[in-house]
Amino acid sequence: MIITKEKPIEEIYGFLEPFGKVLVVGCDGCTQPPRGLREAETYASLIEMAAKMKGKEIKCATITVPRQCCSEGVETQIKPAGYEAMLSMACGIGSQVLNQVFPEIPTFPAQNTVFNGYEEKREGIMYENCRACGDCMLGETGGICPRTICAKGLMNGPCGGCIDGKCEIPVQIRNWKGEVVEEIKQDCGWYQIFNRLKDLKRLDLFEKYRPPTDYSIWTNPRRI
Amino acid sequence: MEKKAFSELAKMVEAKKFVFTGELEPHRSIDLTEVKDWATTLKKTGGITAANVTDNPRSDSAISSLVAAYLIQRDTGLECVYQLRVTDRNRLALVSDILGAGALGLHNILALAGDHTRVGTTPKAKPVFDLDSANLVDLIHRMVYEGKDLDGNEIAGPRPEINVGVAGGIMAEPLEMEVLKLKRKAKVGADFIQTQAVFDISLAVRYLKAVKEVGIPTLIGIFPPRSYGQAEFFGKFVPGVVVPKEFLDDFKKMSEITDKAARKEKIKEYNVNYFVDFIKEIRKEGAAGCHIMAVGYPDPIGPIIAGAGK
Repeated sequence: MIITKEKPIEEIYGFLEPFGKVLVVGCDGCTQPPRGLREAETYASLIEMAAKMKGKEIKCATITVPRQCCSEGVETQIKPAGYEAMLSMACGIGSQVLNQVFPEIPTFPAQNTVFNGYEEKREGIMYENCRACGDCMLGETGGICPRTICAKGLMNGPCGGCIDGKCEIPVQIRNWKGEVVEEIKQDCGWYQIFNRLKDLKRLDLFEKYRPPTDYSIWTNPRRI
Repeated sequence: MEKKAFSELAKMVEAKKFVFTGELEPHRSIDLTEVKDWATTLKKTGGITAANVTDNPRSDSAISSLVAAYLIQRDTGLECVYQLRVTDRNRLALVSDILGAGALGLHNILALAGDHTRVGTTPKAKPVFDLDSANLVDLIHRMVYEGKDLDGNEIAGPRPEINVGVAGGIMAEPLEMEVLKLKRKAKVGADFIQTQAVFDISLAVRYLKAVKEVGIPTLIGIFPPRSYGQAEFFGKFVPGVVVPKEFLDDFKKMSEITDKAARKEKIKEYNVNYFVDFIKEIRKEGAAGCHIMAVGYPDPIGPIIAGAGK
């Protein structure tokens, strides 16, 4: 799923300050944590409260759609007439679709779209494991993606920065100001691939030399 | 796989002569005086065949290692091993630099991945890693032996004449992973391995036994420390390097000698004895040479080389 992180309310209020009537649009699609109607309603109250504290008034209404990335769907499901701005609870894709489908009013993002990944429920932590590169090599690497899990995206790892199975580059957790609040040591991607292929008795795949990634297919924006 | 010895270093290794290489570390400066002086000192020992010229070590920007290697080799006569990392250059820039090295008469490249940009002094930089170090070996080998780059584009005129080395992770765990990784690099044309510094003889021996099946010559890295502080720093702060307790304890004892000249002499003597024995051991295990990384500490180098040769 697409992992997003809430933008701080101060930043969102900064976008919406010039407007009086705002439609907060949730998304029931793949965004994780959920960004549906309940979250839209929470944001609506927070925005109204933030305005009140500044001596202003913003009136928010809420709606949610099955998928904001479906332009045909949002066109029929959302009726933005009468609103001056919209706030998208979806990923960056949803925000852009709303701007394209309803160019007459601006749509602002409520989220930072962080990565494609999965959620470890017990820990409440989101992990990145796919960069949507368009050239999946999981079949040869024991189902672990070196382009994403290796900090250097190496095709023939590990590098010398793999010490005791750990990567020399810790994962940085940042707050909304961009400050690093925590650094977590992570397992080296190629060390994980080695162990997985060893378990699968396929170290022949580990020894195989892999030519460099074809970056021509990464040229953005892409279309299929 | 076609292989030729172009450099003095590769020729010596091919002739089964035990070789010594040194290390030169140019900084963020256009002034190479100090580095050239060190190169001259290494050359004067009479036993150093070539010296590595580092490329943005620890992702701290420095003068181009290509330019530095050329100027050092030209002005001091010491053959250089041009270190080239893929952290900072894509495959176009790498082809340019390999051609440049060929045109400037450099005959050794050490193909490195390089430290991630985030560990260095410019952590906001975009790390490139278009190729990895194995791909770089592949690229150099194709340019040298086929006259083509990775996309098959032809090089006009003479080809660069370059031998390519790779880094060995002497502390890699498990070693089986390291061996398979080196086999990949050997398959695409690596000529030799230079390892990071190791202090523990048993670890060096263990490594040499393991990489025998890779089938390319290995130069073991050593670092004679000039003080207890330096030895301690290595063990504490250089990832993957273990300094044996006994070695550290001996340095601690020597650090307590109050007379500076006597302390210096004692440390030198200790380094010479320790590393002469060390080198004799690794020679028995089939090491092709020794890479001495003591930058700015010339005292023990000559005696180590002389002693180990006996």
